[in-house]
Amino acid sequence: MARAIDPRRKALNTAIAWTIGIMIFFPILWTFLTSFKTEAQAIADPPVFFLFDWTTENYRAVQERSDYFRHFWNSVVISVGSTLIGLAIAIPAAWSMAFVPGRHTKNILMWMLSTKMLPPVGVLVPIYLIFRDLSLLDTQVGLIIVLTLINLPIIVWMLYTYFREIPAEILEAARMDGASLRSEVLYILLPMAVPGIASTMLLNIILAWNEAFWTLNLTAARAAPLTAFIASYSSPEGLFYAKLSAASTMAIAPILIMGWFSQKQLVRGLTFGAVK
Amino acid sequence: MGRMTLHGVTKNFGETEVIRPLDLEIEDGEFVVFVGPSGCGKSTLLRLIAGLEDVTDGRIEIDGRDATGVPPARRGLAMVFQSYALYPHMTVRRNIAFPMRMAGLDKAEQNRRIEAAAAALNLTDYLDRRPGQLSGGQRQRVAIGRAIVREPAAFLFDEPLSNLDAALRVGMRREISELHTRLKTTMVYVTHDQVEAMTMADKIVVLQHGVIEQVGSPLDLYRAPRNLFVAGFIGSPKMNLMTGAEAERRGAATMGIRPEHIAASPTQGAWQGTVGVAEHLGSDTFFHVHLDGRAEPVTVRAGGEVSLHHGDTIHLTPDESRIHRFDAQGLRIA
Amino acid sequence: MATKASRSAARVMIAPSVILLLGWMLIPLGLTLYFSVLRYNLLMPGTNPFIGFENYSYFLTDPAFRDAIVNTLLLVGGVLTVTVLGGIGLAILLDQPMWGQGIVRILVIAPFFVMPTVSALVWKNMIMNPVNGLFAHMAGAVGLQPFDFFAVAPLASIIGIVSWQWLPFATLILLTAMQSLDSEQLEAAEMDGASPFARFRHIVLPHMARAITVVILIQTIFLLSIFAEILVTTNGGPGTASTNLTFLVYAESLLRFDVGTGSAGGVVAIVLANIVAIFLMRMIGRNLDS
Repeated sequence: MARAIDPRRKALNTAIAWTIGIMIFFPILWTFLTSFKTEAQAIADPPVFFLFDWTTENYRAVQERSDYFRHFWNSVVISVGSTLIGLAIAIPAAWSMAFVPGRHTKNILMWMLSTKMLPPVGVLVPIYLIFRDLSLLDTQVGLIIVLTLINLPIIVWMLYTYFREIPAEILEAARMDGASLRSEVLYILLPMAVPGIASTMLLNIILAWNEAFWTLNLTAARAAPLTAFIASYSSPEGLFYAKLSAASTMAIAPILIMGWFSQKQLVRGLTFGAVK
Repeated sequence: MGRMTLHGVTKNFGETEVIRPLDLEIEDGEFVVFVGPSGCGKSTLLRLIAGLEDVTDGRIEIDGRDATGVPPARRGLAMVFQSYALYPHMTVRRNIAFPMRMAGLDKAEQNRRIEAAAAALNLTDYLDRRPGQLSGGQRQRVAIGRAIVREPAAFLFDEPLSNLDAALRVGMRREISELHTRLKTTMVYVTHDQVEAMTMADKIVVLQHGVIEQVGSPLDLYRAPRNLFVAGFIGSPKMNLMTGAEAERRGAATMGIRPEHIAASPTQGAWQGTVGVAEHLGSDTFFHVHLDGRAEPVTVRAGGEVSLHHGDTIHLTPDESRIHRFDAQGLRIA
Repeated sequence: MATKASRSAARVMIAPSVILLLGWMLIPLGLTLYFSVLRYNLLMPGTNPFIGFENYSYFLTDPAFRDAIVNTLLLVGGVLTVTVLGGIGLAILLDQPMWGQGIVRILVIAPFFVMPTVSALVWKNMIMNPVNGLFAHMAGAVGLQPFDFFAVAPLASIIGIVSWQWLPFATLILLTAMQSLDSEQLEAAEMDGASPFARFRHIVLPHMARAITVVILIQTIFLLSIFAEILVTTNGGPGTASTNLTFLVYAESLLRFDVGTGSAGGVVAIVLANIVAIFLMRMIGRNLDS
């Protein structure tokens, strides 16, 4: 609509929107600010917002708990690991569904997506017992296996939608040019699909990083990622708000940043094409 | 090199028969055009020859060897796609080099052929650009260049000029014909445009609903169309096809006469009618004439000097030696 | 592009995914079914005799089960209401002309990317805590008594936290759908004299029906399995006031180590999820097809 927009209306909209936006964002902002306070200031009444002595002692204290970085690293390993393995399995599947569709392709895709609808609690017991017997409990490998499996449908789906945007004729040209299947995928498909693959990786890392069922139930001290580690801050002894804030800020900051870049991918990946 | 034979080739997509059992011979060095309306199966036939689709039944031989089950990479053919299908992430140079890379040619030989193709196609200045930075005509040439360097047994063209604007199309048509004259390689060319077919082909294959209606040289098809479909398809403007008394008088169910074989006069002639739409092109004039007692207008080509207008009375005389006669089944009566 | 060669290649390429997911579905599910008909407690090693449907009757007649079902429905319904209504409202708001729209979007989207355990802890301790939390301070400032959220209204508090987390998702989806609406339709309606409310009701809302349906379906699937927020704030309590079906099964399986009963509970959860899914799928069948 190329009409002049009433600046008063625009100002009103801006005021309302910013107010609501800040209200929604406030808990995150509060956490960030509190992470720089002393414990005493963290629980001060009336609460202090910006005018306090900013200190980084909480960050140091959290890092000095030598296990913090181990848990951070666990999160990194299982997120990136399950994403890379998922990609390796999903890229061939998405190629086949996008470029050589058969009678059953749509059904297989729907079935894959339906596996994501299984309530995890329905398989909690056997997975727990199997992992216990295979010594996979509290291991990074075990978590990577589970995270790969639960997110595989989404990775396949997203790659499928991105691959479908690549004209099949270009791959046919590669075939006419003498390319083997391996060459076709490696030299033609993947370079063209890089943006789609990157988007899929981004979304999957976010989903794996924030996963809070299996990571809580299948780990103890050794392989616990940040989701579980932060949960251990939940016992109510002593004043710890500032340190909790510091630990939380460090845990969520990477994903908040990644999330900012992945809004479109979120819509594509989690609505299964029903919304564009 | 470049001899192809199709024996009883059939293609079904699911339940639908797209290509009925079909036989065809393509000689080495021929420029063959598959032409027909949308959905006639011409692109499918090309893709069967290319190996991009499997035949449902039948055999395809290339240079005497059975190529029916051979994958496209190994048939020794090169294809130019309608959308050019260039690799968008590679430069022109690397696009053209790709087939040679796949074939394992050494770098020196690759470069030699790239330079030669670029020179022949006027692409030397663009070798380091990406397809996205090129115009439609330039992309077309890159696609051709990529095909040339393979030194294939035959070239396959799938409606390559459809995406170009009219002016460019005429120029490219000529360039492709010149390419054929120079390389003397077999070319199989698919188009829905019968003008392209007539101007470029050594042999035209007219297809409808997956069946070959007629195979022949352009002039053969012009002078002696085998049935009503070919008669109405070849020649622009379309041949006038008339049933009724005039046809029966000449011993046919339908008679055909091309617009350019009818003489027009304001005063005298065999048939009388009124001018409907008159198209003045300068060099020619086309009159669409409503004859008394006939619903369909008859198209007549007249030289630029006949000046008749909408509503004028006009007399037409068909050249009897150029009348085509068709029986009740639509087949040509000799 | 369907040749025999490419089709057999396609089968090979898709096989690993299908096999893995098939295994993931069948093996654990099969085991859950199997365990659900045994007496099997990890704390009592020994034989695990077949006991038929005893576990099921035990689980289903447990008063905690009824509470869990009610709580599950309340949780899902509560969060859906807040997020869908709030999402529509926010989508409308974000669609308006304003300054700094990109930043407001970031502010509104952010909660979705916070891991559930962090958001639960931050809300519980730093905001809702009746002694040191922000809400307590705010109440005190206007002379009210602070409200002990998790003691008095545990389920509602959890609904609040989860709604905060999922509001961005609904907003993003609905905003995307809203912005895909062709402005010409709205302009035509405006020329025909329709008020903003009428335009919204008759043009925008129907266009968004599909997106709303998708939001409801997808959120429901995830909301049935809310776990971390409960674990970290109330552990299901006080009593079973904030226990949902997922948490009940967890408690049975991994806290009381009663694998048999827990598995029965797991089967119940799966059956219920399927019922919800089928019911919802039928409801959205029309919307998705159009």
